[in-house]
Amino acid sequence: MAKPGVRGGLRLDAHKERSTAQALRAASPAKTLVLPLDQHAGAPAVPLIKPGERVLCGQPIAEPGGTVSAWLHSPASGTIAAIEPRPAPHRLGAPSLSIVVANDGRDERHAESARAAFDQLSPEQLRELIARGGIVGLGGAVFPTAAKLNSALRVQDLRLLINGAECEPYISCDDMLMRERARDIVFGARVLLHALTAQSCVVAIEDDTPQAAAALEAAIADAHDGRIQLRRVASIYPAGGERQLITAIFDVEVPSGALPADVNTVCLNVGTAAAVAHWIRDAQPLTSRIVTVTGDGVLEQRNLDVPLGTPLAALIYDCGGYTSRMSRLIMGGSMMGQSLPHDDMPVIKATNCIIAASALDLQPRAAEMPCIRCGNCSEVCPAVLLPQQLHWYAAARDLDALEMYGLADCIECGCCDYVCPSQIPLAECFRDMKPALNERLAARSSADAARARFEARTARLERIESEQLAALAKKRQELTKKSS
Amino acid sequence: MTAPLPFATAPAPHVVAPSSVGRVMRQVLYALVPTVALHVVFFGPGLLIQIVLGVVTALAAEAAALRLRGKPLPPFLLDGSAIITAVLLALCLPPLAPWWLVVSGVAFAILLAKHLFGGLGANPFNPAMVGYAVLLVSFPARLLQWLPPNVAGFEPAALSFGETLTTIFTGMPPARFTWDAITSPTPLDALRTDLALGMTMGEAHANALFSAFGGRGWEWINLATLAGGGWLLALRIIRWQIPVAMLTALFVCASIMSAADPGEYAGPLFHLTSGASLLGAFFIATDPVSAATSGRGKLIYGAGIGVLTYVIRTWGGYPDGVAFAVLIMNLAVPLIDRYTIPRIYGHAR
Repeated sequence: MAKPGVRGGLRLDAHKERSTAQALRAASPAKTLVLPLDQHAGAPAVPLIKPGERVLCGQPIAEPGGTVSAWLHSPASGTIAAIEPRPAPHRLGAPSLSIVVANDGRDERHAESARAAFDQLSPEQLRELIARGGIVGLGGAVFPTAAKLNSALRVQDLRLLINGAECEPYISCDDMLMRERARDIVFGARVLLHALTAQSCVVAIEDDTPQAAAALEAAIADAHDGRIQLRRVASIYPAGGERQLITAIFDVEVPSGALPADVNTVCLNVGTAAAVAHWIRDAQPLTSRIVTVTGDGVLEQRNLDVPLGTPLAALIYDCGGYTSRMSRLIMGGSMMGQSLPHDDMPVIKATNCIIAASALDLQPRAAEMPCIRCGNCSEVCPAVLLPQQLHWYAAARDLDALEMYGLADCIECGCCDYVCPSQIPLAECFRDMKPALNERLAARSSADAARARFEARTARLERIESEQLAALAKKRQELTKKSS
Repeated sequence: MTAPLPFATAPAPHVVAPSSVGRVMRQVLYALVPTVALHVVFFGPGLLIQIVLGVVTALAAEAAALRLRGKPLPPFLLDGSAIITAVLLALCLPPLAPWWLVVSGVAFAILLAKHLFGGLGANPFNPAMVGYAVLLVSFPARLLQWLPPNVAGFEPAALSFGETLTTIFTGMPPARFTWDAITSPTPLDALRTDLALGMTMGEAHANALFSAFGGRGWEWINLATLAGGGWLLALRIIRWQIPVAMLTALFVCASIMSAADPGEYAGPLFHLTSGASLLGAFFIATDPVSAATSGRGKLIYGAGIGVLTYVIRTWGGYPDGVAFAVLIMNLAVPLIDRYTIPRIYGHAR
């Protein structure tokens, strides 16, 4: 068997030169900030404040609603205007219960209590502290970071992988972060190493980001921390996918259905590491993030440090507004980004990039033709699936076959879609079929659990019964012995 | 604040490669141009007339089938797949074959082998080869009436374009010739007949039809096919596995047999440069619709075609075996695909 490595994928035009040509700057403060309570993975956060209350910048305004959930902090000082459903980008414009903060523009900061240096804290205290910073994965999955660290601790000998391989076209927020705030990333990596009691950390970047590489190299050298090293991977989309990157760096595959921790790895985005640094070192919770604003449909293409909750319309206005060619609004990159129905939605923790796309950025799809089984899709699939077969079985809604052909292992990268000569919207087809498959897998695992419970109970009852019978027989024997 | 600006939405990915089925098919057709050109050089303009007849029939049959199935004409009719079927079938027929041969073969291929199974992308068998097999089984004598190559040593009856046209449409050669005077077997057919008559390979090869390693004229046509196939490989329209596996299997079979008994069996180079070996390897077996899909599956599929081609040529009832070899392996594709599913990322072997 060939040794595992990233297979398939695509070499795509990066489209990052325009947005990285200008230095990072802070976005202009918006008058109203909208913070959806469910903008992270897991349970929605629970509000700690009431409408009309005054809040300060950095003040906690919602607490975790479960073990996998996150704190939410006010990005500005002002008053709580409302707690009500508002259109949310992660729900494609469907309403989501949100805290609305009316910014008073005074930027009064919430005072965090003084705290010890991170290496004075126990790993457990540190993880608890990270949770209170509202920190979630900023690569796009927005999984609460503390929950990830805690769940990984069941495994010994963890290694940390800081993901700076920003492989998707148009997105350059991590590139700019690495160029301008490499020290924060390295500091965050050291905090995370301590929180995990891990001994090694790889910062992985693509080989087409020389400035970011130079900045990170310098920051790592300055930190005098031998546990951290920089590694480059070929810039092939989707090299920055968590599983793909782990395979490229550590030469091991993450088993299907398992987590990176199962191969002794915790993978976090560079933005997450920087957010950890801002919170642990500077006492700044996660209230802003770097967002790439790009595409031919916006006047000024650049990266900005944007307070969470800033309306997209305000962000675009801050970048000079739309051009006359504007046609599609995309949150994310050109391969996996979601197209939004309007711009009255806020920047959330998951917003890495906003593409105001014109016809120049988009490739109009030709009419869909039947699959000719050319196999281009299976050649580029990084998960080694056969998209042509999946498409066939998806059309037939054959869940057995979809399970066998590994639909659950599809990472929805869209490579198959990109190369299909028949212009079949494969990624969309797979996204649509996944809920049905997941439901079935969940039903089966709960059925399995119920069966296991039932079998255990039956076995227990049988054991008790046989023990009673044995005891009875023994007693009878003794009695017969006595009587004889 | 102003009202939110509405935008049209679309599913990701938002950028796709500018490829299309029509583009793929057109490139396959361009890759056939050298083969067709050299065919005309060595065997006269008959092929061009066959191609025109075949293409017109293919388009008419395609349009009729699409109408019957209630499918829209524009994207399908001009996707080029029917045209490829017609050109490949025309290339397999003798240049002076009567018009109804190519017309009925192409009509059968498009109507029955393609659309009866669901049209583009759904046909389990290569339509051109189904059409050819039907003609070969129904009218074997007509398919053996080839022409001698236009090379020194032969005085081929130089038919004018008009005479060629008349011959094809009337089914009779011009009055100044008899069929026997203008036709000649293909090298594969000649070899087969001679060996059956008890000649050795050496004696059979003395025939002026043969060159040092192949059939005269044919070797050049095959080189042109190789060039076209190489271009398709370079464009990544086709993958290397099927042609390499098929030609390697043919080469190995022929090498073993001719080494064992050089008097009785033709050598590997003769097999590679004769008949439809290269056309089959690069243009027929690589039809993605009816071929295996995974890399390993393609190797098995191609090797199977190579071995069966050799077996049918050597011991079967027909001089060439590519068409039947392809059809038999088409039959095996679902099985091959089933057993060559690649190991999914993160799954155990």
